[in-house]
Amino acid sequence: MGHDEYQVHEAKILTPSFIVLLTLTLIGFALIALRFIKGIGAVSNMSDGYPWGIWITYDVATGTAIACGGYAMAILIYIRNRMHYHPMIRSAILTSMFGYGLAGFSVMVDVGRPWNAYNFFVPSKWQVNSAMFEVAVCVMAYTTVLIMEFLPAILTTLEKTEWKTLQHMLDLVYGRLGMERPERIGDRLDKVKELAAWARPRLDKVLIFIIVLGITLPTMHQSSLGSLLLIASTKLHPLWHTGFLPLLFLINCMYIGYSIAILESVLSCYAFKRPFETKELSGLARIIPFLTVIWLCVVIGDLAWRGQLGKALSFDFYSRFFLLEFCLIACGSLLLFSKRKRESVRWLFVSAALIVLGGALYRFNVYLIGFNPGKGWHYFPALAEVMITVGIVAFEILGYQVLVKILPVLPKLHTREQHAAGHPMGEKA
Amino acid sequence: MGKPSRRQFLKIMGATGAALLAGKKAAVANEGHKINNETIGMLYDATKCVGCKACMSACKRVNGDYGSLSYERAKFDTDGLWDAPEDLSGSTRTLIKLFKQSEQEWSYVKYSCMHCQKPSCVSVCPVAAMTRDPETGIVDYNKNTCIGCRYCQVACAYNIPKFQWDRAIPQIVKCDLCKNTNLPKKGISACAEVCPAGAIMFGKRKDLLEEAEKRLRENPGKYINHIYGANELGGTNHLYLASMQFNKLGLPTLKDEAPAEFSEKIQHTIYKGFIAPVALYSTLCFIALKNMKKHGGEEGGHDTNTDKGGHH
Ligand code: SF4
Ligand code: SF4
Ligand code: SF4
Repeated sequence: MGHDEYQVHEAKILTPSFIVLLTLTLIGFALIALRFIKGIGAVSNMSDGYPWGIWITYDVATGTAIACGGYAMAILIYIRNRMHYHPMIRSAILTSMFGYGLAGFSVMVDVGRPWNAYNFFVPSKWQVNSAMFEVAVCVMAYTTVLIMEFLPAILTTLEKTEWKTLQHMLDLVYGRLGMERPERIGDRLDKVKELAAWARPRLDKVLIFIIVLGITLPTMHQSSLGSLLLIASTKLHPLWHTGFLPLLFLINCMYIGYSIAILESVLSCYAFKRPFETKELSGLARIIPFLTVIWLCVVIGDLAWRGQLGKALSFDFYSRFFLLEFCLIACGSLLLFSKRKRESVRWLFVSAALIVLGGALYRFNVYLIGFNPGKGWHYFPALAEVMITVGIVAFEILGYQVLVKILPVLPKLHTREQHAAGHPMGEKA
Repeated sequence: MGKPSRRQFLKIMGATGAALLAGKKAAVANEGHKINNETIGMLYDATKCVGCKACMSACKRVNGDYGSLSYERAKFDTDGLWDAPEDLSGSTRTLIKLFKQSEQEWSYVKYSCMHCQKPSCVSVCPVAAMTRDPETGIVDYNKNTCIGCRYCQVACAYNIPKFQWDRAIPQIVKCDLCKNTNLPKKGISACAEVCPAGAIMFGKRKDLLEEAEKRLRENPGKYINHIYGANELGGTNHLYLASMQFNKLGLPTLKDEAPAEFSEKIQHTIYKGFIAPVALYSTLCFIALKNMKKHGGEEGGHDTNTDKGGHH
């Protein structure tokens, strides 16, 4: 019926990395509790000069770009019609779902008066001139869309499940209480199964419209993430302040998206001891240089047009960060022009990592490093502030690790046996 | 089912686009920014200011009485006996500073919200917690709608909105021209009311400009020949006269164009009437459905197969 492309990754959930991630998550959440008791100033170094710190810069502006794997893959599969990438989409969507969900969550940690956020749903309060309004609404909508895109994985599991673990747990609880497990619970669980079986084909039918919405929304809000800084014309360094910010952010999220899809596939194949998806990845890698080259051309052309090329090469503080960002992206793309390198997992990994780093540095440059509110203001994130971000990221990885072990997310192995043959990792698996 | 549903869908999308287009036409007419001189503001003359800070304490008193700042205390002073702010902050809306060029040459300067004619803070606030009254020109803040995103702080070129970093329930703090305190009661801002040296003049912007020009005309040599705020960033309702370079006094040298004009122009070009997003969505739907159809028959293995479900 169309769901046999994916499989549950059969493995233990309680691994050492699980414990490490859980610890980091708990530290982060404890600090978040502190922030709500004592105010943002108690855990962060943000100030009236630097009202946006790494929470906005990393968790939101950069994190959502890194979470653009689902977006980039969906464009490739449904728009560019490369259906053979379809097996990779679920894990990409799962990562996107976590990335966006947690970006939304960290916004709630960052804003000072989150209980007023319901105003986004009150039309009289809408302020459509604000790029922030656009970003907020789109990100909320997109997170919902991602959940719906992921729903088939959950529904198929519900359909097939025997509720063994749950029944076992319930028996234990009732056993403790010295009671029999009531019959109606079993009925309820059967109802859920039926409901899932009823909903899934119906969802399948409209899913394409949701998927396309899932392509439109990031196109809108990723460019608006660039628009956010348009207004800061007196504070953002001219190397980055340009009318092209929305366009640059849009292209930037696409090449980060494809690079992340590569990194994520390599890493999860390595971690879960599955064969590498080299063929698919080298195909993905061919797209990236096209995007980065357009991006680099817009950057240089725009600097030349605004007469800022001299500033870019002046080797002062700002110029160095600009050149670093530029070189990371350029080097990463250059590697991908070679066919031989594109077919080696190692080089694929290296170049994708360079591009993600460079692309992320671009967003840091725009939001923090190139941002100067005037004399006397300084910002460097506080330890607690960093730990909150680390906690959120740890939670993200933790969730991914657990979900691929209980839901059919990763591509089925037998469909790709031909790639796996002869591959040492493949044999182990 | 795949085919008719697609057609229906595109029809609906087209209709929505057209409706949005028609609705939006009337709304975009207000493009292009004009300064309104009938609004009210203040003229601060640094050469008249004696630095007594009566305005600062008056500002704290009225806002304290009104309740919006009543809970403020300096950290070292939990009883609320002392207050010596270094800068505008979550508990200080206006501040007098002394700039010393040398032992002989110095000038006082008063900081507070400039009440811009085209305020960046209003332009960026996603929930309209920052508003500019079109009649009075007062830029006011409403803590009951603010979500505390601090975009207004990022946007304001004068770094005026301040945030209460040390509170579990924080708010943004900035001068509201006494809109809710002294102004309705006495018709004048508290700082202007108490100033013993006549350094703060309160009134209509056009009268303030006239007076400032008169002072510049009658005292050549005393002042820098510039009314700060007349045109800066699209004009402000808080105007300044001084005998020293304004940028030395902490008032940045700025262009006449309002940053909000620039950013809104781009934002509006992208989102005008929501045409682009709707067109994008319709086009993408069209392409995606075509692609799905092509593959529906051959592979039959996708969880998004729209055509397949319909045949049964
Ligand atoms: S000075 Fe800043 S806070 Fe005051 S109106 Fe202008 S932009 Fe807004
Ligand atoms: S902090 Fe409040 S007033 Fe400022 S932009 Fe955000 S919601 Fe508006
Ligand atoms: S106008 Fe009112 S709120 Fe503004 S600085 Fe003067 S006293 Fe304070």
